[in-house]
Amino acid sequence: MAKKTLNIVESGYRAVIEEQDDTILWLVAAMQAAGAEHTVVLRGNAVNYAVKGQGAPSLSVGEWKQSQAPKMDRDVGDLIEKRNIPVYVLEEDLAERGIEKAELIGGLKFLPRSALPGLCAEHAIVSLW
Amino acid sequence: MAKYLLIESRDPFESNDTAFAYELATGLAGAGNEVTLFLVQNGVLPARNGARADGLLAVMKAGVKVLADDFSLAERGIGNARLRAGITPAPIETVVDHLEQGHKTLWH
Amino acid sequence: MAKTLAFALMDPPYESENLTTAFRLLDAAARRGHTIKVFAYEGAAALAFTRQAPHPNPVHGKNLAEENHPTTKDQVAALLASAEKHGGKVDWVNCGMCVDERGVGEFVEGTRRGSPADFHAFCEAADGVLAIPTK
Repeated sequence: MAKKTLNIVESGYRAVIEEQDDTILWLVAAMQAAGAEHTVVLRGNAVNYAVKGQGAPSLSVGEWKQSQAPKMDRDVGDLIEKRNIPVYVLEEDLAERGIEKAELIGGLKFLPRSALPGLCAEHAIVSLW
Repeated sequence: MAKYLLIESRDPFESNDTAFAYELATGLAGAGNEVTLFLVQNGVLPARNGARADGLLAVMKAGVKVLADDFSLAERGIGNARLRAGITPAPIETVVDHLEQGHKTLWH
Repeated sequence: MAKTLAFALMDPPYESENLTTAFRLLDAAARRGHTIKVFAYEGAAALAFTRQAPHPNPVHGKNLAEENHPTTKDQVAALLASAEKHGGKVDWVNCGMCVDERGVGEFVEGTRRGSPADFHAFCEAADGVLAIPTK
């Protein structure tokens, strides 16, 4: 059985348009497909990934136009539904940003910051991204 | 209980997100774990005696061992005499020590 | 006793002090004869790119030789050599898609192209794991 790995993801919208993915959520999904056992915690600005209905228009430069613009709420939903990766969101980080739970996609687990040490204890590897 | 090494590369003057790392270190210690905070790069700046470092002081008060990377200190001209009491200079090999022993090692 | 240590790097060359620290750490691990596994992801896929070239420093009045400008490709090559000298080894994997999108497909001999599956395998095999994220 694979080592349980906790990925605490804070970086939000870094190179997401250029990569058409969040590169950490993508990495976690790819590793899960290779047999890893991952859990994700969204904190900091990354909590915004869970907001329903987001998505920038495609980037265009001159005649070049992006055809696969990313949608982070869809990608977070896919982690939960298609990859069976539990995704937690830190409650205080949502509140700081004025994000109501009703604005979020389904399937998330909510965690107070004070519970993070306990979640760390349940995983063999803990990484901050 | 487990042993953790948190590596803090950021400083509280440029990034208020150091509060998260300090809070995590304190929380892990409060949960009974043995926690070391290794300050590196600009993360050593609040280690200078007299710097505004309430967050770091709280971490130390919580029983977390705070070390400061000697290379980063030298790079920034923070000699041992200018270090805040309770913070010890340490070589980068310290991180290897923790990894060798399988301690959960996190970089912020 | 030699251990297996796994690292993920993300920063590209010349943009962050994270890499200075990373190479110091890797060097320290190599000197102890450990098996070191590095997953060079995102910008770090360019660390081993062999077409990096040093340059002089006109601001400081130094010619090419005098400036002796560091290149990460040389640091990667030196790391591999050091590990071998001390009885260990380095398995340095450049994430393939990251290499492709950056056009850095010529890399230091002894490093190789790979994928997230390699990082998963590294984590499974490792006594200690450290991911150094980019900002």
